[in-house]
Amino acid sequence: MPLAPAITDIEQLKSHPAIARLLSWNPSSVQGVKYDRDEMTIYVDRSAIREACALLRDDPGCAFNFLSDVTCVDWFPSEPRFEVVYSLLSIPKKERVRLKVRLEGASPVVDSVVPVWPGANFFEREVFDLFGIRFSGHPYLRRIQMPENWEGHPLRKDYPVEGYR
Amino acid sequence: MAHLTPTPVLEPGQDRTMILNMGPQHPSTHGVLRVLLEIDGENIVRIMPDIGYLHTGIEKTCEAKFYQQVVPLTDRIDYLCPMTNNLCYVLAVEKLLGLEIPPKAQWMRVLMNEMTRINSHLVWLGTHAMDIGAMTVFLYCFREREEVLKMFEMLSGQRMMTSYFRVGGVSLEPPLGFFDRVRDFAGYFPERVDEYENLLTGNPIWGLRTKGVATITAEDAIALGASGPTMRGSGVDFDLRRDMPYSSYEKFQFRVPVAKEGDVFARYMCRVQELRESIGIVRQALDGMPEGPIKADAPKVVLPDREKMKTQMESLIYHFKIITEGFQVPAGEVYQAVESPRGEMGYYIVSDGTSKPYRVHMRSACLANLQTLPTMCEGRLLADVVAAIGSIDIVLGEIDR
Repeated sequence: MPLAPAITDIEQLKSHPAIARLLSWNPSSVQGVKYDRDEMTIYVDRSAIREACALLRDDPGCAFNFLSDVTCVDWFPSEPRFEVVYSLLSIPKKERVRLKVRLEGASPVVDSVVPVWPGANFFEREVFDLFGIRFSGHPYLRRIQMPENWEGHPLRKDYPVEGYR
Repeated sequence: MAHLTPTPVLEPGQDRTMILNMGPQHPSTHGVLRVLLEIDGENIVRIMPDIGYLHTGIEKTCEAKFYQQVVPLTDRIDYLCPMTNNLCYVLAVEKLLGLEIPPKAQWMRVLMNEMTRINSHLVWLGTHAMDIGAMTVFLYCFREREEVLKMFEMLSGQRMMTSYFRVGGVSLEPPLGFFDRVRDFAGYFPERVDEYENLLTGNPIWGLRTKGVATITAEDAIALGASGPTMRGSGVDFDLRRDMPYSSYEKFQFRVPVAKEGDVFARYMCRVQELRESIGIVRQALDGMPEGPIKADAPKVVLPDREKMKTQMESLIYHFKIITEGFQVPAGEVYQAVESPRGEMGYYIVSDGTSKPYRVHMRSACLANLQTLPTMCEGRLLADVVAAIGSIDIVLGEIDR
């Protein structure tokens, strides 16, 4: 079964309820879209992520009321280096969508979505711990997996697999 | 929403309270969970789970392995339901590859996935009951679990770390007599569930310890990202197997148990009902097991049979290539979620087109479920914490990874 090529043209995809809602709210919040392997990805502007999440959660046409996951991908050495990935699930509509925020390597800061979903708490702490992304507005941004006094962020690509010895 | 974001427990708030450290080496924390409690007498003022004692960096390790070498690592994340993790990972890689899986392999996966769910729920029920003080149930549950593990060993050669599902199918043809043994088990298992229920469901002591204890509302459960029986115990009717089916689950008939109360007893009832539903799915899988190959026809991805390798040059070359350089996966990313015994287990895999995953992230159901603990416990008694921890069925291996 050959894979269908990914669709990245926003004109073809703007009928998707989540994209339509974000575009009608603030066209500059959507930086790009990708539809690949039956999964929708929306690249959201860094400053708009919290509002975008609240919007998609509360809009009855989208109803993405469940935050499945928050994680991060490090594209070292290219820039923007980090992609913070939010997997949203709509329990009533049985649909998923993925939001992504691109962050520069020099100052990876993004708004926390804990005010929207309190469940993001541990996920964001984990991303902070393992990638060094800072979530502004997080109630308790401390290391969660690694020891408190650990140096470095192990899941970054410039951190060796066997660690520093 | 503010009430769902717990205040960190760092130092006592008032003169009346004290800080109590529970764990990480405590028999009722199901592994190495540390819980910091601020208590006023026996009442809990604040509670904060502290995790990370079992962090082994599996996500980082995955980035240095070939795709097929990650399968044994996924077993070790959640040692109570290894096959669910195998399934989720292989489904994600197959989605990246665009690989079609033969029906027999899919049905074997459903069959073994439900056996794994039974295995996991039996360990949960036994240990949860023992935490609360019902010793006997533990022995009963482990009697049946032993039989399940023996069947795992018969099938894959391993009791716990099975690694039975592989990218493109399953690793081995089920041995002679395996299906009969499973059918035997499916025959007597519902009676055994009756036995557990006789010991617990109507038991007044069990009722006192579980009913109305550690309640959580549906809205709070969704906001905190809880899934699985922890969410269904609060009345949210959502199960990935039924609502977003994978691996041909849409061809099976089963009911999703939901309870309204949101307390420890409701979660207990959900899981016990799930035991019965799972054995129903096992029976359907046995009855409708299709004939045919157990591996996809993709020589560049799936290891050839031993016999072919000895007789055909081409198979030998493919085998050598897969073992030494892995198989390449087209660039892209997928998020695949399955319904594990604990909730939504998800794998987010990013490929850069090489034979090693660029990033593997596991969405752990327990990590999200554990966040419900402060909401469940604050304002209640210290003894209820043990009941609450048991009722959300945590596995620390999965939380810390």
